[in-house]
Amino acid sequence: MAPIEQIDVRPPKGVRPPIIGPGQTFGTITDRIAGIILTKHTPAFWVLIVAVAAALFGMLQTAVGYLLAKGTGIWGINIPVGWGFAIVNFVWWIGIGHAGTLISAILLLFKQSWRTSINRFAEAMTIFAVMQAGLFPLIHTGRPWLAAYWLFPIPNTMGVWPQFRSPLIWDVFAVSTYFTISFLFWGIGLIPDFATMRDSAKTLVVRRIYGMLAMGWRGSAKHWNRYETAYMLLAGLATPLVLSVHSVVSLDFAVSVVPGWHTTFFPPYFVAGAIYSGFAMVLMLAIPFRYLYGMQDFITLRHLQNAAKVMLATGMIVAYAYGLEMFMGWYSQDKYELAMVNNRLHGPYSFYYYMLILCNILIPQSLWFNSVRSSPWKLFLVSVVVNTGMWLERFVIVVMSLQRDYIPSSWGMYWFTKWDMMIFVGTMGFFTLLFFIFIRLMPAISIFEMRTLIPQAKVKE
Amino acid sequence: MTSQPIYGLMAEFETPTELVHAAKGAYSAGYRKMDTYTPYPLEEAAEAIGAHHNRVSLIVLVGAMLGMIGGYSLEYWVSAVSYPVNVGGKPFHSWPAFIPVTFECAVLGAGLAAVFGMLALNGLPQPYHPVFNSPNFDRASRDRFYLCIESQDPRFSLSDTRKLLESFQPEEITEVPY
Repeated sequence: MAPIEQIDVRPPKGVRPPIIGPGQTFGTITDRIAGIILTKHTPAFWVLIVAVAAALFGMLQTAVGYLLAKGTGIWGINIPVGWGFAIVNFVWWIGIGHAGTLISAILLLFKQSWRTSINRFAEAMTIFAVMQAGLFPLIHTGRPWLAAYWLFPIPNTMGVWPQFRSPLIWDVFAVSTYFTISFLFWGIGLIPDFATMRDSAKTLVVRRIYGMLAMGWRGSAKHWNRYETAYMLLAGLATPLVLSVHSVVSLDFAVSVVPGWHTTFFPPYFVAGAIYSGFAMVLMLAIPFRYLYGMQDFITLRHLQNAAKVMLATGMIVAYAYGLEMFMGWYSQDKYELAMVNNRLHGPYSFYYYMLILCNILIPQSLWFNSVRSSPWKLFLVSVVVNTGMWLERFVIVVMSLQRDYIPSSWGMYWFTKWDMMIFVGTMGFFTLLFFIFIRLMPAISIFEMRTLIPQAKVKE
Repeated sequence: MTSQPIYGLMAEFETPTELVHAAKGAYSAGYRKMDTYTPYPLEEAAEAIGAHHNRVSLIVLVGAMLGMIGGYSLEYWVSAVSYPVNVGGKPFHSWPAFIPVTFECAVLGAGLAAVFGMLALNGLPQPYHPVFNSPNFDRASRDRFYLCIESQDPRFSLSDTRKLLESFQPEEITEVPY
């Protein structure tokens, strides 16, 4: 194997970096990825990150506990802005999840073999992000223990049922289906790798645990055949599903008659934004991961460059959507829509709108340059900026439309409280905690799919 | 040992090419009850032993149909029969508004059918299987390729089958006890 210093440099002009470092065998791939898990040595950075994340998770639990005791009055929401941080954060987190499904399902169908080394942890990212997202609709009801029959069609003695004409109920079905399918996809991807872990385990207890998770997988050709069919079909199902999820989320807004929300281009605009922020999160996780665990020959510069290109493309769609929002406001010549445009450019929250343009349109233009796409740390910074911008986008959409609707006498302002912020930051801690526990206990890169990338894996005629 | 019944004869290969060659050879020699064990999906191996058709797609189709019909029926029954609420004069059976949930339920049914159908057809979870008795078999999930001809095959005979397998020059041939 070539040393990492040689792998992680930008190749000469016109040459694309490989998708896997040279000199790998079936054995080295297995040992490298399983080696992160099958060791008694827990790295110091892992302990540090998990400690900080667990502290933030504790803060989340405290804030949610107080919320359940006192009610949603501890948040900054009021009339007219009845949807505040909870919805902003919900849309932000669920959007982040979308890149995981794009990588694992859509790129699989397009036979993009570079997806292989990042699909596993991108799927994990999806599941953990959807968990954070799901938390917000649940707690924003104030009484989540009653929310079961508000959200799901559960028979109850009052004989009431959810309203199926409402996008909010579509959302419940879309998000819960999305979580289930993502979990299944991730789960069946892990079965053969659990078998590898079982067979590489050094102690009986570890062997038993991974053995139970592997469910007796033995790599039989008949099993692989059915497995591949199921995997491809799941990918085919997840592809329209992921497009439907953020479309339905956008319909929560678009079906209403609030100026700035009532537009038909919301679904594709939201989906593009979701993939944009999701790829930013993939890079925010992949860059530290490959550096901390020395995985530069598995997650190569090629992966980072490709992710950057997807970000650039979806970022351009998002930029187009911002332009279109402004254009449609003017073109409609509807005074409320015009007032909405004016409010964005000159209203009390215009600072956030200009920050949004800076974060989501101007700074990401640096991705046109190969020097930025080939530098992990520059890419990391751009990703942080994009995720900030995407959060601001949801803030602009939710708050700026609600604060000034039709009647000026009912206009108002919205500011978050410390409880809003504690819950938001707390979910970031929870996400990080789940992610690092995942890295320590499960193969963060798909071992069996990585084996198919090396030349020895092909059958020679 | 010879009087003990065995599960089959297991040949170990170092490369996928050798394995596929051996599997094709065994198939053309008339063996049918056999299986290959590989560390990653090897389409050629499944084809060589005549196992490239499966019923997963059919199960997924059934799952999707059940989800679709179930989802739509639920919406219809709730909105038009059990709890009809007049919302802005919309009809109780307002089918366009029922499509998103119908779609999600179809995907959910299909996805559950894909995973659990695949596991059921594969007979997993399976706590015990004789092939794990084969020494070295833990490399089947790492870097080795195995062909096992099962003793249930009518053509199976300890000496002839071993001779056939030897002609493919495997790394090793072992008897797999039950």
